[in-house]
Amino acid sequence: MLKIRLIPILLLKNGLIVRSESFKFHQIIGDPITQLSRYNRWSVDELIYIDISSDDHYDVRREDAKIETSEKRSLLDIIEVVSKSCFVPLTFGGRIRTLNDIRSRVARGADKVTLNYQAIMDPGFITQAAKVFGNQCIVVSIDVLKNVHGQYEVFTSGRQKATGLDPVQWAKEVARLGAGEILLNSIDRDGTAAGFDSDLIRSVVTATSIPVIACGGAGKFKDFVTIVQEAKPSAVAAANLFHFTELSYRHAKKEMLKGGLNVRS
Amino acid sequence: MVVIIDYQMGNKQSVSNAFASLGCAVVTSHQPEDIKQATHLVLPGVGAFGDGMKNLTQLGLIPILAEEVLGKKKPFLGVCLGMQLLATKGTEYGQHQGLNWIPGVVDLIPSQAELRIPHVGWNNVAIKRKHPLVNDLGEEATFYFVHSYHFQPESPEDIVATCKYGIEFAAILQKDNIFATQFHPEKSHKDGMLILKNFLHA
Repeated sequence: MLKIRLIPILLLKNGLIVRSESFKFHQIIGDPITQLSRYNRWSVDELIYIDISSDDHYDVRREDAKIETSEKRSLLDIIEVVSKSCFVPLTFGGRIRTLNDIRSRVARGADKVTLNYQAIMDPGFITQAAKVFGNQCIVVSIDVLKNVHGQYEVFTSGRQKATGLDPVQWAKEVARLGAGEILLNSIDRDGTAAGFDSDLIRSVVTATSIPVIACGGAGKFKDFVTIVQEAKPSAVAAANLFHFTELSYRHAKKEMLKGGLNVRS
Repeated sequence: MVVIIDYQMGNKQSVSNAFASLGCAVVTSHQPEDIKQATHLVLPGVGAFGDGMKNLTQLGLIPILAEEVLGKKKPFLGVCLGMQLLATKGTEYGQHQGLNWIPGVVDLIPSQAELRIPHVGWNNVAIKRKHPLVNDLGEEATFYFVHSYHFQPESPEDIVATCKYGIEFAAILQKDNIFATQFHPEKSHKDGMLILKNFLHA
């Protein structure tokens, strides 16, 4: 039987892994290369890396971060190193604007890419990308925030740009345009550890027939069980939860098994 | 030397990385001289059936591969689309002739309520017959799948293992020196690496 996937998401900012809160605050917590052996040991189902560096980047390096950074490396270098040692599906997202951006990532070992900003600016790009690389390669990430009217709205560029799009309508549209999966993230819940946004996730899962990866808000392992039971996403993802405790991934899987979920152990 | 056939269909880098990690020499190429020198041939690939056949044809690879695989009986592994192309015909975006090395048809996974297509993720397989390719594989072995179409071989004897997703479909095929997996062994962590290792020794 098809397993529910549990996916760590790694946010990269200027070559380092950072922790995010509400898409606003980023704290450096690790080096993407030195953390690799850990993911291998955990036998993770899949890994998603999102590069959130911006052109007008500010230096977020804090003196108390105590991170030993190796030499400066580009995202493409990171993809190459990761794909040589992690034999699970690897998704890379962030700053993808052109087919060549996808090509360069795939050539270095990415299996999938996530599109966000570019998909919103030019929805036809989803179709173009799916035609060249196959639907399975194109994950559209949808970041959702409750707007001032209390309605769900798709935001992009971190949380800076309101798009006017309704998440359910947009999800149906990206599926129609050729997306292979949807990575659905609640900005409100990001980094809050308050649990997943069940209403949001259920509405998108129900409206679409492609796999939906639920993200945003996982604070305790039980949250994964609850969201799968309540909203039936194909996969659950989290970032912060996996950073601070060494055995967190395994503990999360155990909790999911205990909760009766069909996961890969 | 393992030669990964480069026919511009998807992520060949992962396949090459996986074989390299097993310590063997790997070349990714579509040059006849490389293919002739290969000890093992691998046809990877993700994408549509028609595009795959078109690229193989345009690169002039079909007669060379036929000579090495059907003629010289070199061990051959088809992965995902690389497995589907072995069929007699595919029905993705119209009817397409396949290589016909393992007679059969490639069809869409029948849709059912609550069944999301494509079939994406980790799934178990059921071993249907003993074969060196699945030696030492544990009961709980899981593999990473991503596909919307499945291979229905004419002779059930060609099936080594099946997987269930709505229907039961062929997950591993074998006929003589031709091996094929619908899943991605190169993305299936230690269980996948075991399949690749077994292929090298097959």
